[in-house]
Amino acid sequence: MIPATFDYEVADSAEHALSLLAEHGEDAKLLAGGHSLLPMMKVRLAQPAVLVDIARVGELSGIRSDGGELVIGATTRHADVAGSDLVRAEVPLLAYAAAQVGDPQIRHRGTIGGSLAHADPSADLPMTLLALGGSVEITGPAGVRTVAADDFFAGPFETALSPDELLSAVRVPRGGDVPWGYQKFVRRANDWAIVAVAAYDGRVALANMGGTPLRALGVEEALRGGASAAEAAAHAADGTSPGYDFHADTEYRKHLARVLTKRALQGETG
Amino acid sequence: MEIKLTVNGTARSDEVEPRLLLVHYLREVCGLRAANVGCDTTSCGACTVLLDGESVKSCTVLAVQANGRSVTTAEGLVAEDGTMSAVQQAFRENHGLQCGFCTPGMVMAATSLLAENPDPTEQQVREGLEGNFCRCTGYHNIVRAVLAAAGKLSGAEASSEVGA
Amino acid sequence: MSILGTRVLRTEDPGFLTTGAVYTEDVQDERLAGACYVHFVRSTVAHASILSIDTSAARDADGVVAVYTGKDLAEAGLAPVKPMMPNMNQKMVQPLLATDVVRFVGEPVAAVVTEEMYQGEDAIELVDVDYGILPAVATMHQAVSGERGLLFPDAETNVVVKFGDESETNPDLFEGCEVVVSEVIQNQRVAPAPMESRSGAAAWGADGRLTAWIPNQGAQGTKGALVGMLGLKPEDVRIITPDVGGAFGAKFGADSEHAVICWIARQLGRPVRWSETRNENLLVMPHGRAQEQKVTIGGMRDGTVLAYRLEVLQDCGAYPKAGAFLPMLTRLMTPGPYEIPHAEAFTTSVVTNTTPVGAYRGAGRPEAAAAIDRAMDLFADAAGVDPAEVRRKNLLPKFTEPHKTAFGAVYDSGDYVTALEKALAAAGYDELLAEQARRRAAGDTLQLGIGLSSYVEITGPGGEAGGPNENSTVEVHPDGTATILTGTSPHGQGHQTVWAMLASEELGIPIEKITVKWGDTDLVPRGGGTGGSRSLQLGGAAVQQASRELLDVARERAAASLEASPSDLIFDTEASAFTVKGDPDISVPLSSLAEAERLFVHTVFTSPGPTFPFGSHVAVVDVDTETGKVFLRRMVTVDDAGTVMNPLLAEGQRHGGIAQGAAQAFLEEVVYDDDGNPLTATFADYPFLSATEVPSFDLVGMETPTSYNPLGAKGIGEAGSIGSTPAVQNAVIDAVSHLGVRHIDMPTSPQRVWRAIQAANGSKEA
Repeated sequence: MIPATFDYEVADSAEHALSLLAEHGEDAKLLAGGHSLLPMMKVRLAQPAVLVDIARVGELSGIRSDGGELVIGATTRHADVAGSDLVRAEVPLLAYAAAQVGDPQIRHRGTIGGSLAHADPSADLPMTLLALGGSVEITGPAGVRTVAADDFFAGPFETALSPDELLSAVRVPRGGDVPWGYQKFVRRANDWAIVAVAAYDGRVALANMGGTPLRALGVEEALRGGASAAEAAAHAADGTSPGYDFHADTEYRKHLARVLTKRALQGETG
Repeated sequence: MEIKLTVNGTARSDEVEPRLLLVHYLREVCGLRAANVGCDTTSCGACTVLLDGESVKSCTVLAVQANGRSVTTAEGLVAEDGTMSAVQQAFRENHGLQCGFCTPGMVMAATSLLAENPDPTEQQVREGLEGNFCRCTGYHNIVRAVLAAAGKLSGAEASSEVGA
Repeated sequence: MSILGTRVLRTEDPGFLTTGAVYTEDVQDERLAGACYVHFVRSTVAHASILSIDTSAARDADGVVAVYTGKDLAEAGLAPVKPMMPNMNQKMVQPLLATDVVRFVGEPVAAVVTEEMYQGEDAIELVDVDYGILPAVATMHQAVSGERGLLFPDAETNVVVKFGDESETNPDLFEGCEVVVSEVIQNQRVAPAPMESRSGAAAWGADGRLTAWIPNQGAQGTKGALVGMLGLKPEDVRIITPDVGGAFGAKFGADSEHAVICWIARQLGRPVRWSETRNENLLVMPHGRAQEQKVTIGGMRDGTVLAYRLEVLQDCGAYPKAGAFLPMLTRLMTPGPYEIPHAEAFTTSVVTNTTPVGAYRGAGRPEAAAAIDRAMDLFADAAGVDPAEVRRKNLLPKFTEPHKTAFGAVYDSGDYVTALEKALAAAGYDELLAEQARRRAAGDTLQLGIGLSSYVEITGPGGEAGGPNENSTVEVHPDGTATILTGTSPHGQGHQTVWAMLASEELGIPIEKITVKWGDTDLVPRGGGTGGSRSLQLGGAAVQQASRELLDVARERAAASLEASPSDLIFDTEASAFTVKGDPDISVPLSSLAEAERLFVHTVFTSPGPTFPFGSHVAVVDVDTETGKVFLRRMVTVDDAGTVMNPLLAEGQRHGGIAQGAAQAFLEEVVYDDDGNPLTATFADYPFLSATEVPSFDLVGMETPTSYNPLGAKGIGEAGSIGSTPAVQNAVIDAVSHLGVRHIDMPTSPQRVWRAIQAANGSKEA
């Protein structure tokens, strides 16, 4: 219920944050909304010695357009992504996904950068970024680099971020008219997904079907071959080895992936 | 670390350890005990307060994160003359509380919900309160209270009995 | 104009809504100044011997005042707690802190005391317990078979107690039945999970008395439990009950942690405070239900039921508590509201290496109702008769004189068929059937299910000689206010308002001027608390009786002061004054009669016996046949608990019960793995019901009074949770019965529903 003790530093710029990370190394974790990190710290699954608070670094928040993409600052809150007229018009899938994270209170604190960096395989935004074919901007001592969503998620709670880097922005393609669909299967409204699917422009991503969000490549290939939504969706679980828990064993999970993929491909949200 | 913030309109300055949760700061340091701790996984919402006017779960906010900001608790919704807010009043009139433990958090969540959506449907109210658990009421009268506060219950709906 | 039966707003609410109620964690009292904090080290394994406990690192940590283990308590002479009833196996004792063996994950092993609250969680991590793992008896079947060994070697068995003698079973029970159906069904373990977890605060005074603040359902019972656990003298113990954030049966008496913190306070000569986390709460607060039931039901093809057998296996968890004897109540209510010529029931309670099982809203009766109503639907399905028609045919006809069942329950009054018809009418049963038929014909993905239940349940029981009873003191003060003392113990039910209404009705004092007190054993030494839906019919009746008796005393005083005969006086309730018949100008205010001498009455109301509220629920669900997910669309209920004193509050009780009962049917479950490790010990994992899973409820009014108390009231607190569970379960199965599904165990999770559909498809194709 109570985190172990830690030191707390407030960063006043991205540069300052990086220097603090460099100073403290693996002992330090970044804190934005804290709604991925603090719950883990409260049950002591995470015990960083130093928290570097980047929530007030203005340059890390905000939503703007940049050519064919929207650029969303890492510390932009889910509520602001969900409520942004720009995002709703240009990347409605992302606005919808952000509105599915947790509950209203969580969405007032949690951030897109925090969620992506936390990389929970059953989370909404990592899967959504994968479906969108977006990318993340990572700022480190050597400057800024961009990593495609396909290359960002390495494993459960593991990303391409090094301890001395910070995820500074998220890039997603603009396309207000692009067909999309989203399905999140839960038993209660604010649960983590048992299985979730996001579909966008022929790309299909799955949550909680493996250690990272996964592209349903079999589905995508079938679609390219002219298959209908139902036909393509039959391949949703191809190549996956999902885990299991008392909510869903592997067979049922794979079945859900197929059903939800079909519905997402039909443009349904739910 | 020293923090300066406004709590229910009053400026405060306190020395806190970084890991002090906002809910404990409010309860133990400020003496505002309406907000309750009901769980340890950011699930139940009994600790909900407003941070700069928006609902947050104060068990998952560090007091140091509230530095320079304003916090409103259920105590702070009451007018100087003791009049309860419209939401609090609606909870009372609609029997939207029984044991009362979830109530301050529920009221704060409802207050924030209506600030963002003054004209919600029943479904939107239920979804808007998905982060607040209640064990006593079955949510029925809580939902009625929020709809009533939004001015959405007509006189004909005053009784939930369908027949006798 | 009577205040009774009107929707009076609760007087306690303004405080609850603004500054918040004052729960045990909120209590600020000079006696607790300088309190230190207790945190418990708990077992992380289901069954193990304790090889060693190393507290040295903890003792050296920041702010640690002391560390205690079971050894310290044993040396101080504190004995393990024996099972509460003599017919339970008395060898199955529970030490306050584990000594040689731990028997469930979460069992307290050591207590760490710190200066500050936050230091506690740091310090408990430093206590090092070395466990020698033992096989875990993770399920009831393993307990019965003995394949995983015994929890209590001295007991030589894992069986705690049995009710009903299996050797007396009638092998020809179903002779003559054209249709016989049998099914093993699970009434799964659930967590009461009140929003307020357990907590406590204790301080010993210079006078050698203990004052303990403990959230509870009856301070007198809590006191008795602590006195027993700590070997104290009753006069040395005072329990104060702060506001309680829900209980649902799980806060009766006292738990070992409460006893330990009281003991620590005396050891240290300092006040002590304790609160558990939600994780601890889900691990240690007694769980509910946990029965496996084999139902066999038989009858004729026209829908008449002739025979029913119920065999119950009850999981007690690691230490026998209330859960062990609840099957006695299940057995008592075996036939429910139905007229079944031949019925028998046998129950066996066993221990397992899991959290102990206790009372949870309904406590034994929901289990009986769930079994018989599932059986009714199984029978209806096998006989090919509509489930409503089967119920109509077999419900006991209306009765106004007490009716004794073959199991010894004396139902006081009942009109079960009317309840059923009202519920069906309000639900639009025929329209629902038509919609269901339309969707089936169309092969819709989303299928409609309609589920029924007809239930009766026992409230206000009491084993006391003379009958169930409750006491109350009513006092009128010279300033026109009044005080009520009650032996009940509300935790959300609104007694503060309703008891005031009852006294106000008699005395003419406005409810705002009436203070209701409870839960302080120095103030109210005797009381049965609040549970078993007893409060209004016993405690409320006692308040009314005390108020009436007070008027008798007052009348004598008024007569004396007016030099009139008592029979010449009228009590004008509106004016709260006595007047002389025929001379209304001469009046004596009631409050003035308290000036010379205190005006109060203490009374005990005794009921001839428990009462039996009843009802019918209709549940309407949608089932997504592709995913198995259940959507609860409507709950239409009749819950008849006799005369209603405050409809606003009675509805609230029904809502809460309906939601909890429905939650058991399709959502909530406590899950253990095969090593006895709990998988649902946080609110993120335990599928606790939220606002999005339930609709608003349609409540139908019906009041069949009881003759057992002047109020005509039975108990409403648990009724909603008894009718809703089988109705929702039946609805889910009904939604997919056309696909060949006959039964789905609770909770009807999406996976269970989907598997049932697959299995039915498979057997169809075979």
